[in-house]
Amino acid sequence: MSHFESNLYEEMSGYDNLVFCASLYGMEKGKRESRARELLEQFNLADTGDRPFKAYSKGMKRKLTIAAGIIHEPEILFLDEPTTGIDVESARQIRKLIKDLNEKGTTIFLTTHYIEDAERLCHRIGFIVGGKVIKVSKVTDLMIESQKENIVEFSIDGDLPDLKDAFIHNFPNITIKEISNHCVRVGSNEKVDLMPFMKFFDVNGITISEAKIIRPSLEEVFVKVTGIEIEKLKKEKEGRKK
Amino acid sequence: MKNYIAFWSILMKDMKNYYLKPPNISWGIIFPISWTLMFFIKSQSDVDIRGILPGVMALSVLFGTTSMLAVTITFERKSRSFERLLLAPISLNLLMLAKTTGAIVFGIINAFIPVFFASLMVDLSGINWASAFISVVLIAVTSTFLGLFIAVSVSEVFEAQTFSNFFRFPMMFLCGLFIPIENLPVFIRPLSYILPLTYGTDVLKGSINETGMIAPWLSFVVLIGFALGLFMVSTRNIQKKWIY
Repeated sequence: MSHFESNLYEEMSGYDNLVFCASLYGMEKGKRESRARELLEQFNLADTGDRPFKAYSKGMKRKLTIAAGIIHEPEILFLDEPTTGIDVESARQIRKLIKDLNEKGTTIFLTTHYIEDAERLCHRIGFIVGGKVIKVSKVTDLMIESQKENIVEFSIDGDLPDLKDAFIHNFPNITIKEISNHCVRVGSNEKVDLMPFMKFFDVNGITISEAKIIRPSLEEVFVKVTGIEIEKLKKEKEGRKK
Repeated sequence: MKNYIAFWSILMKDMKNYYLKPPNISWGIIFPISWTLMFFIKSQSDVDIRGILPGVMALSVLFGTTSMLAVTITFERKSRSFERLLLAPISLNLLMLAKTTGAIVFGIINAFIPVFFASLMVDLSGINWASAFISVVLIAVTSTFLGLFIAVSVSEVFEAQTFSNFFRFPMMFLCGLFIPIENLPVFIRPLSYILPLTYGTDVLKGSINETGMIAPWLSFVVLIGFALGLFMVSTRNIQKKWIY
């Protein structure tokens, strides 16, 4: 288990902290020392292994805390807010470490308030509200479930002439969600066939640079499923930390 | 799972991180030295050094042990590193024994600092060292577990120190360390017999000066009973308060 707060021993060096944590799991001296060195290398902390933990930056502390959590090679790892409150580079490294660990077979339970982290790192997501799991599903399934209608966005190369009436006339079952000089976004309850649109744009002398299907973000899914606004959630979390 | 590795590592970590640090050395070692010097040097002409040796030894153990757990447990709880120990795959009893063994050893060492000074000034022949050592060990164990009980009952280091004094200072006067229990007012005497230090001090008095009032075997039984009771109450409190 790796906690949000880096709860290792301030006076001990990074290396000693890892060796101590390994000993709690009954690892023999030689094995725990070689494993500690291996993890310091893997987590880019080899140069600072001899420094006391209190001298580490927040990002380094978080990395060492995760290293301490996996020193005994657990099959299941609980990570609590691993990327909260640390610098971008360390957060990137930690995300990569989490992915690598998972690819090597470790099952990871990640709790986070960063929806992007959940989307990027997790296969399955559970939403917890008031201490209760209210939804568990694969990321793609959550997206599909939350998608009320199919939305396609066309990016126009150049300026878009006033075609709103012609558009409505040609595609009566389509609703125009957004229209501007360089973009048209349409929505439908049915699956959207792109070919008639491409023909329509072609006939009207409009070049399409990109056509993409717009899916709801995981943040939107979260808000829809839980009824909690993200900002409110972040504020509550910050309030609790104070 | 090799439990002895975890036990030994926790003990060594505490020794290195806490017991051998200057503030603890000053509290644990210099404090008994000060007591010793105060009694043995300043009042040498008036005081029977051998007579007060059991009291000084008991006092050194009491102060040396009870203050330690406030640091090794309360402080670690505050920094949340104690949670790491609670999550380790070792039993709670073994964990608490590992956390307390350092304090017990520290207390035993403290007890013999006054003995060393006394040996420079008076003849210490004729002492039943085996019995004295056993009583020192039992006083150290009981006082450490009292410290554990206190550490588990509070959440701040300063609270632990204050709460410790609530027990320590009355014990100085009620347990026969320097004032014989029979000289205390009658209505206070029952209090003396519900405090474990009374029994440890009595055995020490018997071992050093043959002036013990209670049968040593009975004192040992009472001390072991106190130690077990305090340990069990403390671990039960940890289960209830910190593990859920």
